[in-house]
Amino acid sequence: MQKLTKDDVHPKIVQALLGADVHITIDDALENEMILNMGPQHPATHGVLRLLLRLDGETVIACVPELGYLHRGYEKMAENMSYMEFIPHTDRLDYISPPANNVAYALAVEKLAGITAPPRAQYIRMLLAELARMCSHLVAIGALAMDVGALTVFLWGLREREKIMDFFDVICGARFTTSYTRIGGVASDVTSDTMKNIIAFVDQFEEKFDEMERLLNGNRIFIERLEGVGVISKEDAIDLGFTGPNIRASGVEFDLRRATPYLFYNEMDFKIPVYTEGDCLARYFVRSDELRESVKIIRQVIDKIPNGEVMLNSPKKVLPRKTEIYTKMEELIHDFMIVNFGINPPVGEVYHAVENPKGELGFYIVSKGEGHPWKMKIRSPSFANLQAIPHLVKGHMISDVVAIVGSIDPIMGEADK
Amino acid sequence: MKELLKEKLSGHFPNIQFEFIEQFDELTLKFDKSALITVCEFLKEEDGLKFNFCEDITAIDWATRINRFTLVYHIFSLENKFRLCVKVEVDETECSVETVSSIWKAANWAEREVFDMYGITFVNHPDLRRMYMPEEFEHHPLRKEYPLMGIPGAVPLPKK
Repeated sequence: MQKLTKDDVHPKIVQALLGADVHITIDDALENEMILNMGPQHPATHGVLRLLLRLDGETVIACVPELGYLHRGYEKMAENMSYMEFIPHTDRLDYISPPANNVAYALAVEKLAGITAPPRAQYIRMLLAELARMCSHLVAIGALAMDVGALTVFLWGLREREKIMDFFDVICGARFTTSYTRIGGVASDVTSDTMKNIIAFVDQFEEKFDEMERLLNGNRIFIERLEGVGVISKEDAIDLGFTGPNIRASGVEFDLRRATPYLFYNEMDFKIPVYTEGDCLARYFVRSDELRESVKIIRQVIDKIPNGEVMLNSPKKVLPRKTEIYTKMEELIHDFMIVNFGINPPVGEVYHAVENPKGELGFYIVSKGEGHPWKMKIRSPSFANLQAIPHLVKGHMISDVVAIVGSIDPIMGEADK
Repeated sequence: MKELLKEKLSGHFPNIQFEFIEQFDELTLKFDKSALITVCEFLKEEDGLKFNFCEDITAIDWATRINRFTLVYHIFSLENKFRLCVKVEVDETECSVETVSSIWKAANWAEREVFDMYGITFVNHPDLRRMYMPEEFEHHPLRKEYPLMGIPGAVPLPKK
């Protein structure tokens, strides 16, 4: 963190900082206002988030977040590439849970093209999305604990996450940038051996997670650093566009898996954890409860998964298998057409949103009947969640800012797109 | 829900021409931009509708059409679990529209992003700055005339 003079900051940002309506009375703070720069290179801002803080003593009286340090222009790029080519780029949105983004994108394009993946592929997608949720929440809880001074949980969380990464490696062929879904299905089948291993993993996971939770829930420093910090009311949470675990910590039972069911989530038996406090501690509790619910869903998915194909048989929209391309003329032609000219969905537009670990991830795609989208908009959860930071940090200390940012769990890859 | 919405809107605003489009189970509502604020307030406050959650705001650049831009608002009713897409047309010569950030606070950043990417200004917006690009940047990257590879020298380098 560095202290700034007014010349270092752009006049519009200074104006936003000084113009913020300040309704806080501070009794014992020093009469010493200053502007402090936190980030973009700060370990506690989870990536390249820059916060400009206006301080009175050590109390934050106004905050202006600056985004765009990781802006790669994905929406512009999407307009210039085919639907298929964009799948690897979705990995890099929320890079803690790549398969969940793949699933969200594939569902949006399939809705636009008017096709549905076979049931087995949809179950596999659910399995991967829930594993990704576990991945993401383990990192979120670990990083939050690390930010407030409990390093061990982070290391234990990463140890469990590494096991999930190994499953991604086996299923998708990549640990991190999975690019697993295809339009009309998934890239490869999941073997029964892998599923047995996943069951073995979730069996031991609950025990391991109990250990992790005991470290945190019995830790007085951890509780006191989070309890009552960064409180947001139910009305404000809705108004500011919170989604995901953050809105459920404020007492709103809003989960897209239940509100607008997709895949086979309406057949799954799981609870939506809701807490009413709306502080950082509640946001942590929601995440840890969701981890256990994800375990429940994974068990049911593996229990119910049907046999069958994992790719749809629809030659004009779905890439054929490689072995068929090399041996059959028809498939070779379709492959050539899809790769070179795209799948040409009908003229129209679609908005499809799914419940990602961070919140509502939506893809809005406008098609003119060409191989590439005319427009694509990514509604990223972190972007909307970050908007509440000035509201949350007002009146708190600098050290609380770190806890609040950690509890919101933003990923700059998707906030900046 | 769709019938209720149509009935309430046409009953309450007899002077406004509403166009309803249904596609992929989604309802789209189109009307003139001068009525944007009153209709949005109605959609948020009216009993039985309560579209209290603004998911997303974006624009579409049609490049060659007379009304060049279409503003798209995705709003959601938490009570009814129903999503509505609201659309208004904006012309290039005027290129401005009233802000809805007074109705939904979440619209604040979303409108800043539209301003940054398309150059559409929002009247009465509390803090209309660029969202992603640096403040000195002159272009609007998501407009169709902006080249994919960028314009050399358009992003200023920091001062030494």
